[in-house]
Amino acid sequence: MEYLAQFYAVYGSLINFIGINAILALSLYVTLSAGQLSLGNAAFAGIGAYASGILTMNFNVPYPISVAAGAGLSAITALVIGMPVLRMRGIFLAMATLAFGEVVRIAAVNMDITGGAQGLVGIPCKTTTYIIYGVLAATTYFLAVLRGSKIGWSLAGIREDETAAMVMGINTSYYKTLAFVLGAFIAGIAGALYAHLNFIVTPGEFGFSAAVQLLVYNIVGGTQSVYGPILGAFILTALPEALRGAGVTAGSLRLGVNGVILLLVIIYLPNGLIFYLSKKYLSKKAGRSGGTVQSEV
Amino acid sequence: MFLQFEEISRSFGGVSALSRVSFCVEAGTIHGLIGPNGSGKTTLINVVSGLTGPDSGRLLLEGRAIHRLPAYRIAALGVARTFQNIRLFSNMTCLDNVIAGQHGRVGRALFPRLLRLPSVRLEERQSREDAMSCLARAGIENRAGAVAGSLSYGERRRLEIARALALSPRLLLLDEPIAGMRQREIEEMESLFRSLVEAGVTILLIEHNMPFIMRLCSSITVLHFGETLTTGTPKEVAVHPEVIEAYLGVRG
Repeated sequence: MEYLAQFYAVYGSLINFIGINAILALSLYVTLSAGQLSLGNAAFAGIGAYASGILTMNFNVPYPISVAAGAGLSAITALVIGMPVLRMRGIFLAMATLAFGEVVRIAAVNMDITGGAQGLVGIPCKTTTYIIYGVLAATTYFLAVLRGSKIGWSLAGIREDETAAMVMGINTSYYKTLAFVLGAFIAGIAGALYAHLNFIVTPGEFGFSAAVQLLVYNIVGGTQSVYGPILGAFILTALPEALRGAGVTAGSLRLGVNGVILLLVIIYLPNGLIFYLSKKYLSKKAGRSGGTVQSEV
Repeated sequence: MFLQFEEISRSFGGVSALSRVSFCVEAGTIHGLIGPNGSGKTTLINVVSGLTGPDSGRLLLEGRAIHRLPAYRIAALGVARTFQNIRLFSNMTCLDNVIAGQHGRVGRALFPRLLRLPSVRLEERQSREDAMSCLARAGIENRAGAVAGSLSYGERRRLEIARALALSPRLLLLDEPIAGMRQREIEEMESLFRSLVEAGVTILLIEHNMPFIMRLCSSITVLHFGETLTTGTPKEVAVHPEVIEAYLGVRG
C-alpha cells in the first residue's frame, strides 16, 4: 500500500496525463472511424479547456457543469464548422480542420478573456485521477457499444466506401457530422478536465503538434478496436518517462524517438499494435464472434 | 406502372449522356438495358439510385416522383443496386458487408445496447440469420467469414448482390452482374434472378451478354448515344433495324 502511494507521488501526474491523452485519442478515433481525417480535435480540446476554465474562474460555475458546458461549446462549434467542412474529403478535410485549429489558437492568443499568449492562469485544480479514469472508462464503454449500434455500422460503411454506403440507405452527411460533433464533444471533455488539472492553459498546447500527436496515438495503437488509441496514448505518453529512466534525457530527442516509433509501426504493423495483440491473444474470442472486423475484436 | 422514366436528360459539361429518355418498367419483371459502350446505361442507373440528379425530366416509382430525392432516401424506398466496378466494404468480412446493408431494416438502437437489454441479443441473432440467408441466396454463404477484399472476382459480384438483398429491395438495379463469371456461375445467377422476380422483386439489368439478356428479360430498352432507340420484347428488339445498325453498323 505504501509502495503504491509512493509510486503515485512520483508518477501521479504522468498517470493523469496518460488518461487525458487517452480520452483525446478516443475523440479522434470517433472521427477516424467514419474515415474522416480531422486535425481539429486539439482545437476542440482547447475550446473545452478555455470555456470551462473561464466559466469556473470568472463566473463561479460548479466544476461538473463547467466541464459539460466546455464540451457542449466544442460540440456546437463542430456542428457549425462541420456542415461546410465535411463536404471535403481526405487531405482537403485535414487541411480545413488544421486551418480551423490555427484560427482557434490565434483567437486564444489575441483575446483578453483567454489571457492572451500568457494563457489562462489560476484555474482551480478540481480534476482528480479518479475523475479522469472514470471518464475514460465511460467513454471507452460508450464507444465500444456505439461500434455495434446502427451509428457504428453506418460510420464503418462510410469509411469503407461512401458511395456504396449512400445507396444502401445511409445518410452519409448526417453520420459524418455526428461523428465529427461527437469527437469534438469528447475532445472538449478532455480539454476541460485538463484545464482543471493543470492550473494553467496556454494557446500553444492546442496547436498543430498536439493535433498530429492525437493522430499518432491512433496510428500507433491502431483503430481496429476502441482499445487501440488508448494503448497508443499510453505508450507514447509514458515513453519519455521510460527513456528518462533509461538515462536518455528528454527534449528534442523525444520527438525523434516518437518519429522512429511511428515509422516502425507504419512499416511493420500498418494496422497498429492492437491488431497484432488481439490476433495473438484474443484469436479464440474473435473466432467465436465470427472473426468479424466490425464486430468488437 | 412501376418505374416510369419521363424525358430524362442529363449532360456532363457539354457531353449529353442522356437525352429525353422515356420508357417504363413493369412490376415483377426483368427489364434489360442494353446499348453500346458510352450509351448512358450506367448514368441511367445512377439517376434511378439517386447518385446523379437529372437535368430535366421526371422519374416516377409507383407514381411517386423520386428524381429529386437523395440516394439514401431512394434506398429507403426499396431500391438497391450493384456497381459495374464493384464497390464492397473490402476490409469487412462478407457477413459484415451484408449486416451493414441492413441499415434501414434493423434498428440497432444505441440505448438498449448501453443498458445491455436482452432484446439486443435477439436482434443481433435475427440480423445475423438474415444476413446469412442473403449470403446463401447469392450462393456465397461458405465465405461468410472471409474478408471481402480476399474474394475472387465472381465471388465479389455475388457478395454485392447479397448486400443489395439485405435491403429487401422491391427494385434491384444490376450493372453488369455477370461480367467475369464462369458459365456455371452465370447459370446460378440466372436462377437467382428468376427466383427474386418470383418473390416480387423488379429487376433493371444492364448486361452485354446477349444470350443471357435474351433468355432472362421480358422487355428490353436499347440506348444509343443517350437516346432511347426502342423498347420491346427480346424478339422485337433483336430484329429491329436501328438496333442492328447501332450494334453492327450499316453495310456500305
